[in-house]
Amino acid sequence: MWAYLLRRLIQAVLILLGVSFITFLLLYVLPADPVRQIAGRSATPQVVESIRRELGLDQPFLVQYWNYLTGLVQGDFGRSYLQKADVAGLIASRLPATLQLMALAILFELIIGLGMGVAAALWRGRAVDSVLMMTSFAAVSAPQFVVGLLLLYLFAVQFGWFPISGYGTFSHAVLPALTLAITGSGWYARMMRSSMIDVLDTDYLRTARAKGLSRGRIILRHAVPNAILPIIAMIGIDIGIFMGGAVVVESVFGWPGIGQLAWQAIQRVDIPIIMGVTIVSAVAIVLGNLLADMIAPFVDPRIKLR
Amino acid sequence: MKLPHLLLGTAMALALAGPGLAQEEQLDPNAKPGGSIVITYKDDVATLDPAIGYDWQNWSMIKSVFDGLMDYAPGTTDLRPGLAESYEISDDLLTYTFKLRPGVKFHNGREMTAEDVKYSFDRVLLPATQSPGAGFFGSIKGADKMADGSATSLEGLTVVDPLTVRFELSRPDATFLHVLALNFASVVPKEAVEASGGDFGHQPVGTGAYKMGEWLPGQRVVFQKNPDYWRAGLPYLDQITFEIGQEPVVALLRLQNGEVDVPGDGIPPAKFQEVMADPEQAARVVEGGQLHTGYITMNVTQPPFDKVEVRHAINMAINKDRVVQMINNRAVPANQPLPPSMPGYSQDYAGYAYDVEGAKKLLTEAGYPDGFATELYAMNTDPNPRIAQAIQQDLKAIGINAEIRALAQANVIEAGGAGNAPMVWSGGMGWIADFPDPSNFYGPILGCDGAGEGGWNWSKYCNEELDAAAQAADAMAKPEEAEARLQAWSAVFEGVMKDAPWAPVFNEQRFTMKSPRMGGADALYTDPVSIPINYDYVYVTDVQ
Repeated sequence: MWAYLLRRLIQAVLILLGVSFITFLLLYVLPADPVRQIAGRSATPQVVESIRRELGLDQPFLVQYWNYLTGLVQGDFGRSYLQKADVAGLIASRLPATLQLMALAILFELIIGLGMGVAAALWRGRAVDSVLMMTSFAAVSAPQFVVGLLLLYLFAVQFGWFPISGYGTFSHAVLPALTLAITGSGWYARMMRSSMIDVLDTDYLRTARAKGLSRGRIILRHAVPNAILPIIAMIGIDIGIFMGGAVVVESVFGWPGIGQLAWQAIQRVDIPIIMGVTIVSAVAIVLGNLLADMIAPFVDPRIKLR
Repeated sequence: MKLPHLLLGTAMALALAGPGLAQEEQLDPNAKPGGSIVITYKDDVATLDPAIGYDWQNWSMIKSVFDGLMDYAPGTTDLRPGLAESYEISDDLLTYTFKLRPGVKFHNGREMTAEDVKYSFDRVLLPATQSPGAGFFGSIKGADKMADGSATSLEGLTVVDPLTVRFELSRPDATFLHVLALNFASVVPKEAVEASGGDFGHQPVGTGAYKMGEWLPGQRVVFQKNPDYWRAGLPYLDQITFEIGQEPVVALLRLQNGEVDVPGDGIPPAKFQEVMADPEQAARVVEGGQLHTGYITMNVTQPPFDKVEVRHAINMAINKDRVVQMINNRAVPANQPLPPSMPGYSQDYAGYAYDVEGAKKLLTEAGYPDGFATELYAMNTDPNPRIAQAIQQDLKAIGINAEIRALAQANVIEAGGAGNAPMVWSGGMGWIADFPDPSNFYGPILGCDGAGEGGWNWSKYCNEELDAAAQAADAMAKPEEAEARLQAWSAVFEGVMKDAPWAPVFNEQRFTMKSPRMGGADALYTDPVSIPINYDYVYVTDVQ
């Protein structure tokens, strides 16, 4: 167990090093100059050069990367070029909104996705199955922008059940989380369906049926717990994705999450923020996966971490 | 001879920018104090530090938190003294002496003095501040030494007594008073900057009409009325809430729902016709001019655009009326770099008429009878790709095959600055004036200074004769020369059009939508300096 954790930790550090290097390199070779974004239109060449020097952007690539890295290991994410504030603080101020949206979206995804997946597996090959799988396919393919505006128009403007946009109360979170869940639940439904079908064909379920257990007990006690393993791994990945920000949904609903911060930073080439969000998101993916792996032995005792 | 200061100020304002009074405040007799409004923006307010902020949304917000020595009468381009009570200009036009208003207080309660003016200018010019505005103050003596780090205090700015400051210039500069009205020239209190621990942009303290209330990043910024504001009776509103992260489409829905008073990003293009077709909504849209020009640059250093005939041909090939129609007439066709509301605009200049046959003839004369292939860079947000396609079709009609390169803003700016882009459509990045003076439309975008690597002169056009004429015009700083100076500037821009490094396409109009309860003159909603609206002077009609 401890050896396993240590190995995963080393892996994680290597992954983060790689992610940070590649992102830094991509931003460096990007044909867009952050100094121009700071200096604006009217800046004289002298002003442009002095800003470049102040930010250390006149240094060679490896020196810049090394400076960033040494700051990072001391917990210093740098300062935003355009907001002139600490990146760590800017990201931290967006965390509550991001975590809240993430938790609710995953909850909705599980309810919708698992429900659809289980039902489709039980009625495999029938009309219910095809309708559900068609629906899940449509949901996965639907643009979040369209789904979001549709929900907003219907439930906020027409019926007035939820606020049109903003952040603060639980009811503010429902529509954005639902948008994410609708467009994301298709993956869960498909994964759950195939996993359930595998389990339903196993010998132990045939035994359970032969013993005369009730249908409900077979599904809830024996089938679902055994089919859920791949879903746990999917949640782990989902956490990482959401931590990178739900850019489109945040923009439709005016949600002050990490995605909003990242999107504006990308447009204005605010490299310290882009790097910070990338690192946070990479850490979340690594942790999410690790968490999923740690939970797996409890769900399925046959799995041992080595 | 020393000219009486206030008269001089008025005379200059009159001469530079048409009628206007720079004297005592005229309060709107219909305005009732109180109430609060909600403004929306899509993008976050990055900073409210007047030395740093240079965005669409924070420019006018900063104007309401801070003041400078000079200012503009609301809704106009007329200069008037701000924190300065009066000023004197020496005969050689090199010394400006400002008398400060006594008793002006910062939001922290301390009185503003000449030392604060000195500190604020030093701060903007110190390289460590990384101010994008440092270049505007180049005519002050010692600004160059601040830029290269050999001085830490501005030589040309002296504190004479607690309420008097003196600027010494290294050359006469007719734009100097405009430059002093820029946000970058705002007066800030040293102790508040230092107490903010490098984050003054989120904890701003000024002398302005509003003070900082609450700031929740990505959600909202709240301004509270400054009860001690030095302009008696202002502002009218008790509070302004800026809600951030609001898509223009959503902001419009909320306006229709009564939750929003002014959508700061305007009416979304896709909804424009719908809004204007509804008489009730259209009545609440205020239309006005804007100091903006949309243009196509042609890189004069590369063939085939090194031939002036080719550049003339392209000016004649663009069907500007059709482009304007395509964006629902939210603009007027342009024939010169300056927009019509800018002083120095040539009323009589005819420009290049739309003439496909004439354009083809010119191409043949230039040695391209069968046209050529080239690239047109444009920003990738609506409506710019559509405009680029219209331009592409017009060029096709005279045999030019232009491939459209639709990229993110930063990438287009980079390609234009590096000189890699044969043609650039400026929409979405185009020039909106920093201050209402023709000189601001020349140097960085058409002059030799901007033509270097990375500069905003994407045509890489450099006509040294015109550069000299431009410098001569800006040296005409005597009030009685103002008219002659504008004529000199008109001549410079007509000279530019003779060389035609640009094809000017249109001047955008502004359409500001407001809720039924918003009061105040229409000019406040199309203020040429405070965009989208002048927060200090608007009011609501539903307060008791």
